[in-house]
Amino acid sequence: MQAAFDEMTGADGGVRPAYGELSRWLAEIPPDVLDYRRREAEVIFRRSGITFAVYGDAAAQERLIPFDVLPRIISAAEWSRLAVGLEQRMKALNLYIKDIYGKREILKAGHIPEDLIFQNPAFRPEMNGQKVPHDIYVHIAGIDVVRVDADDFYVLEDNARTPSGVSYMLENREIMLRLFPELFARHRVAPVERYPDELLATLKSVAPASASSDPTAVLLTPGVFNSAYYEHSFLADKLGIELVEGRDLFVKNESVFMRTTEGPKRVDVVYRRVDDDFLDPLAFRPDSTLGVPGLMSAYQAGNVTLANAVGTGVADDKAIYSYMPQIVKFYLGEEPLLKNVPTWRCREEEHLAYVLDHLEELVVKEVHGSGGYGMLIGPMADKATIATFRAKLRAQPKNFIAQPTLALSTCPTCVNEGVAPRHVDLRPFVLAGRDRIRIVPGGLTRVALSQGSLVVNSSQGGGTKDTWVLDR
Amino acid sequence: MRIRVSHLTTYRYEASPKSVIQTLRLTPRNHAGQYVVYWRIDVSADCRLAQQEDAFGNISHAFTADGPLNELKVFVEGEVETRDTQGLVAGAVERFPPSLFLRETPLTLADDAILSFAQEIRAAHADTLSALHAMTVRLNGDITYDTNPTGSNTTAAEAFSLRRGVCQDLTHIFIAACRSLAIPARYVGGHFHRSDGVTSQEAGHAWAEAFVPDLGWVAFDPTNGISATEAHVRVAIGLDYLGAAPVRGTRTGGGQETLTVAVNVDQAMRQSQN
Repeated sequence: MQAAFDEMTGADGGVRPAYGELSRWLAEIPPDVLDYRRREAEVIFRRSGITFAVYGDAAAQERLIPFDVLPRIISAAEWSRLAVGLEQRMKALNLYIKDIYGKREILKAGHIPEDLIFQNPAFRPEMNGQKVPHDIYVHIAGIDVVRVDADDFYVLEDNARTPSGVSYMLENREIMLRLFPELFARHRVAPVERYPDELLATLKSVAPASASSDPTAVLLTPGVFNSAYYEHSFLADKLGIELVEGRDLFVKNESVFMRTTEGPKRVDVVYRRVDDDFLDPLAFRPDSTLGVPGLMSAYQAGNVTLANAVGTGVADDKAIYSYMPQIVKFYLGEEPLLKNVPTWRCREEEHLAYVLDHLEELVVKEVHGSGGYGMLIGPMADKATIATFRAKLRAQPKNFIAQPTLALSTCPTCVNEGVAPRHVDLRPFVLAGRDRIRIVPGGLTRVALSQGSLVVNSSQGGGTKDTWVLDR
Repeated sequence: MRIRVSHLTTYRYEASPKSVIQTLRLTPRNHAGQYVVYWRIDVSADCRLAQQEDAFGNISHAFTADGPLNELKVFVEGEVETRDTQGLVAGAVERFPPSLFLRETPLTLADDAILSFAQEIRAAHADTLSALHAMTVRLNGDITYDTNPTGSNTTAAEAFSLRRGVCQDLTHIFIAACRSLAIPARYVGGHFHRSDGVTSQEAGHAWAEAFVPDLGWVAFDPTNGISATEAHVRVAIGLDYLGAAPVRGTRTGGGQETLTVAVNVDQAMRQSQN
């Protein structure tokens, strides 16, 4: 693996222009002041109660995600290149999902094997032929991108179901503004605070035709035991909409209503953070108590918009991911602006053979996995782990894809030994409404805090950083 | 054969529910082997029945009814003209390619026992069709019809290990076995006209359709050990029972409920013609 590209010092060791001020500031600030502010940030986070539940870790049910006080900086030019690429990707995702649940042209053209769709658990037969307002299925995507050099952004994952993390983008900025006003004064940082307004505008723009001119949107949460509950309540508050659980809603004559103290109130848009499987016990899992009975019949009748639509997972599956370059070309007739990480599909015999021969240098991921669970990072793994994965791959090749181990870019990060480079990724949030696609300049930068680690997932001990997009 | 179906589902509530919501898949459609002469659904509560077509092409009705309700009755009756097509299902509404019906569902997961059952039968037969016939006959012989040990959420694997079950269980086992052999298979909910003169039944019937190359969809009824005949009235299809369930519903409030189902399947014109 080649040495990682550092976003501050670049390839040649000279400070890159976007980091000029930060680098000077770092040289000026006494280490104990930096350390003091760092501890202050932690106190604020604890007090505000931003926690994250880690599944399967009883000792740390509610954990604080470590926050790094050094911002990750992206220049205006870099951002505008990235934003155009994200917009292109978002358009392609929506056209693709519409096609998959409609005419299936891409399958007829032979670009994607049929069984990859029809036997995909994320493909929802219930969505077949279902019209959604303005043909938008993915209203909110959290598209994970990484860099390996100064030029290119690679998409790692298109999170098109119920992506989380945007509350960290907003909270991190708020805390940075409190702790480091002088650092902001030395930069022109594009604001992210308008994200809730943009999201609300997006949600209202896709209300069903039968809604009033001021549609009612709600945020549907699985409840306090969900790992992202903090974010749900935070967002509902920022958006100024009701935070509801399944039992707060009901369906009558194919319309959705919210129980309120003033009687039932019609609901037009449900920003749902409940997974497909649990949305409606009459259509999906009959044992679900988190959903709203009859919601799918209201959806089918066109009386409510679900954001995101049901069945969008058919676009962000790791096996489908490998077809994204073809998907972009097929629907838009354009070359993809953002790169895809080269991906071996273990379902194909030649690919599997290559992967089995090169396990020591590859990252192997489960096709339907997420959160960094169940993956192999070849260069970091011991012989026994590799042997276990070899057996798994042979038994169920269809369940895996493999990618080269990318030397993710690094950013200066405060660690116990001082300031040191650590690997990062970026999740910008892309919003698709009736009128246009909105992207707030910034996103959630995740950082792998232990030296050399490439796993940035918060469930695996990763931290976050504020992401600064410079206005110029 | 002209078959007359009527069934009455009655829910009696100990205490009145605040509201009831249900999705009904109770309305048959035409295909080459059946023609729906007339059909109607009646719900005792004051409500609007909204007709929709579900993703599989089944006709569904959704309704919501508000309390107070002491009981709720859903009454269905109609007549269907059927003819024997040797189990071939042609001209039905098809919304998906056959490969969709290779999807596994929790109710139709094949465990090792079903897997080896399926492979053993497949190995003993030269072609898919005869293997499917053999499977139908084997399940009819091996699984004892018994309404006691299984319920609507019993899985294929559970029923297979019990060697007992009802039409739903036999159908789930058949489907699981087919899919494990990469044969697309699906669940059919409907009615069966018995040849022994018994017209009163406690529930609807269920069987399976499997996709056979060069033939298309073929219906197999493992409970009766035969292919579907003119005695079968096909109402709804799905990946498993849940997808084709005649009723899926829930209610808010209320106490215990008791459910009674009375189904009658008879020939419409039994008088002899001369």
